Amino acid sequence: MSDTTGNCCCGNCSLTEAQIIEELEPMLQEYASKPGGVIPALQIAQTRLGYLPEEVIKRIAHLFGKPYSEVAGVVTFYSFFSTVPRGTYLIRVCLGTACYVRGGNELLQALKHKLGIDVGETTADRLFSLGVGRCFGACGMAPVLMVNDDLHQRVKATKVGEILESYRAQAATQAEKEAVKA
Amino acid sequence: MIQVTINGAPVSVKPETTILQAARQAGITIPTLCFLEKNDPLGACRVCMVEVEGAKTLMAACATPCADKMVIHTNTRRVRQARKQVVELLLSEHDGNCQLCDRSEDCELRNLAADLGVRDITYQGAKAAPLMDTSTPALTRDNSKCIKCRRCVTVCSSVQGIGALFPQGRGFSTVIGPAFTRKLDGVACVQCGQCAAVCPVGAISEHSAIEDVWRMLDDKTKTVVVQTAPAIRAALGEAFGLPPGTRVTGKMVSALRQLGFHAVFDTNFTADLTILEEGTELLTRLKTALVEEKKVALPMFTSCSPGWIKFAEYYYPQFLPNLSTCKSPQQMFGALAKTYYAKKIDRKPEEMVVVSVMPCTAKKFESQRPEMNASGVRDVDYVLTTRELARMIREAGIDFNALPDGEMDSPLGLSSGAADIFANTGGVMEAALRTAYEIVTGRELPVDNLHVKAIEGLEGVKEAALTIKGTVPEWSFLEGVELRVAVSHGLGNTRRLLERIKNGEATYHFVEVMTCPGGCIGGGGQPRFTDDSVRLKRIAGIYAEDEGKKLRKSHQNQQVLDLYAQFLGTPLGHTSHELLHTHYTERKTD
Ligand code: SF4
Ligand code: SF4
Ligand code: SF4
Ligand code: FES
Repeated sequence: MSDTTGNCCCGNCSLTEAQIIEELEPMLQEYASKPGGVIPALQIAQTRLGYLPEEVIKRIAHLFGKPYSEVAGVVTFYSFFSTVPRGTYLIRVCLGTACYVRGGNELLQALKHKLGIDVGETTADRLFSLGVGRCFGACGMAPVLMVNDDLHQRVKATKVGEILESYRAQAATQAEKEAVKA
Repeated sequence: MIQVTINGAPVSVKPETTILQAARQAGITIPTLCFLEKNDPLGACRVCMVEVEGAKTLMAACATPCADKMVIHTNTRRVRQARKQVVELLLSEHDGNCQLCDRSEDCELRNLAADLGVRDITYQGAKAAPLMDTSTPALTRDNSKCIKCRRCVTVCSSVQGIGALFPQGRGFSTVIGPAFTRKLDGVACVQCGQCAAVCPVGAISEHSAIEDVWRMLDDKTKTVVVQTAPAIRAALGEAFGLPPGTRVTGKMVSALRQLGFHAVFDTNFTADLTILEEGTELLTRLKTALVEEKKVALPMFTSCSPGWIKFAEYYYPQFLPNLSTCKSPQQMFGALAKTYYAKKIDRKPEEMVVVSVMPCTAKKFESQRPEMNASGVRDVDYVLTTRELARMIREAGIDFNALPDGEMDSPLGLSSGAADIFANTGGVMEAALRTAYEIVTGRELPVDNLHVKAIEGLEGVKEAALTIKGTVPEWSFLEGVELRVAVSHGLGNTRRLLERIKNGEATYHFVEVMTCPGGCIGGGGQPRFTDDSVRLKRIAGIYAEDEGKKLRKSHQNQQVLDLYAQFLGTPLGHTSHELLHTHYTERKTD
């Protein structure tokens, strides 16, 4: 849970989580003096880190002089806060009516199986996160799934392996390029 | 004054009075669940609904202020129906298994359902998944019984100023508990059990030691002795239908004998001992400061309340040097029972079992602290709350109210009235003053009937000042010194006091802190339900116990003096240091 060695979610820099948290500190401190500042502070941290690691929630609780359980209560109350890191690729399977009846759920099960994670979780290599959606406005091409901003249509459960592989390859090329630059 | 009518009868109340308060004033009962006396109403459970003429909807009595000429009805069909519906809804989501629940005798939900005539449950809701938490030595939590009334949240954050429990998540899946529905040992909880004291149902209770104690009583190779805390003797009777504050010391002793304990002793004995050790420690610190003019940690804080100790270790580590190094009376007793007493009866520490009966859940935690093994083994083996003792008495089929009065055993059974008042806020301080003043001046504390009025009662923080005059030669450096003392109870009040001390806004020589509101008589292990009226009655019972004794000063307790003569030597001497004193450890909050 408290892995702070991962990289920033923007993908363009190589700051470690610990460095980002340090950078965030003055901004969070500023919010601490304002009433009702907890939610904005959490939002800023999440935007920067992609999720809310335990240390950050504790840090915010300390800065605001609030009990950890209270801030955790806020984090768990709002569905837009996440305490698990986002993978490079967020896969969202549509479970709207059209997609559901045409095999959306089978897709989801296949992905869970292939990735070994549940909805709301991220793979250990932080490459994939799994989520569900309620209609992406592509009902005619059901079942659909989104990987970040890419829409995949009429996906068959047997094909999810291929899709995952293509993103793994993409991630590998990206990493190579960065290594060369460095 | 505002005039309202409740059920046809005129009632006049002060402005800002809520309908609930007005009704109580008029002797009319309105059921409540989420409401907690002296705290802001949540208006969450809706079981207190009443009809107000002119209002379209029913109003929550706990959260609605009276207005002039308001006409209120508390028992119309509509009101009864609505309340019943609320309770039915709660029951439909509730993992009710009353026969097996430890609250079956005094569950507010069960009683409410009976009072409101709930006979069957129309809805069948999804039940919350069980989520048992036995992670701490003091408490068990069973979320499947939680009705989400949030009393525990209010008491933990507003009264105790800790905030270990909060609603997590939202809607049906809301869980009331520590951060991210973790276990209680994952957050900074001081184990005070005030959450368990206010919970209306079986969702938070003490971590029971009953089975362990029965097992020890059956084990013929062990010598099992019991010690009883001062605060239980004015509360235990409540579990057998007696009014709060009824003094049942003698019956309690008889009951413990019938349960099979080999000797029935008194934590009061070590309370007297604490006064000698702690009083000497205070005078020594004052001497260091005033005569040797060396830096020494003042004010000195009392150290008998384990919730307070844990609180200081978490939140005020800078004050740890200020805590008296005296162990609590419970732990002093354990250390002596397995050394001094064991030797007298020719047993080894390993053959002894020490059981405590305490008004407190934090005492369970304290007995498990790793350093509490001065006798070479665990000094106190098992801690029962007042409630658990009552249950054991019932399990054994003892007719408590018919018991004759028994006497405590010696040599750890005699106690002064000063020890009795350890049970309530202000009591430890008063006991200390009775002895310290007399040591320093050779005369009795010059107050009416030995009571220091300024530090009695339920005010959150109390203080007193006493100018020392006519000292004996040994303590002449204290001549004319104004001794300033303060007393706080409830950790929220304590935090406020500590902040003032920290910021230099107040200076004292000696400060008494008790974790629970009202002191130990309001402890987390006492019979439920405890409100201020109950606290005051228990306190009155304790003072009556004190005043009923000839021996009212700790330093005149002959058994304590014998203990020094035969075993300990002098207060703060080498053996005392080994057995009766301790140290503290800074803890990280979450
Ligand atoms: S909490 Fe009350 S209603 Fe629920 S099972 Fe226990 S006794 Fe029954
Ligand atoms: S035991 Fe005390 S500190 Fe711990 S959760 Fe309960 S009320 Fe809060
Ligand atoms: S644990 Fe008890 S006091 Fe706390 S919300 Fe649940 S029912 Fe109420
Ligand atoms: S007691 Fe009034 S709403 Fe709960």
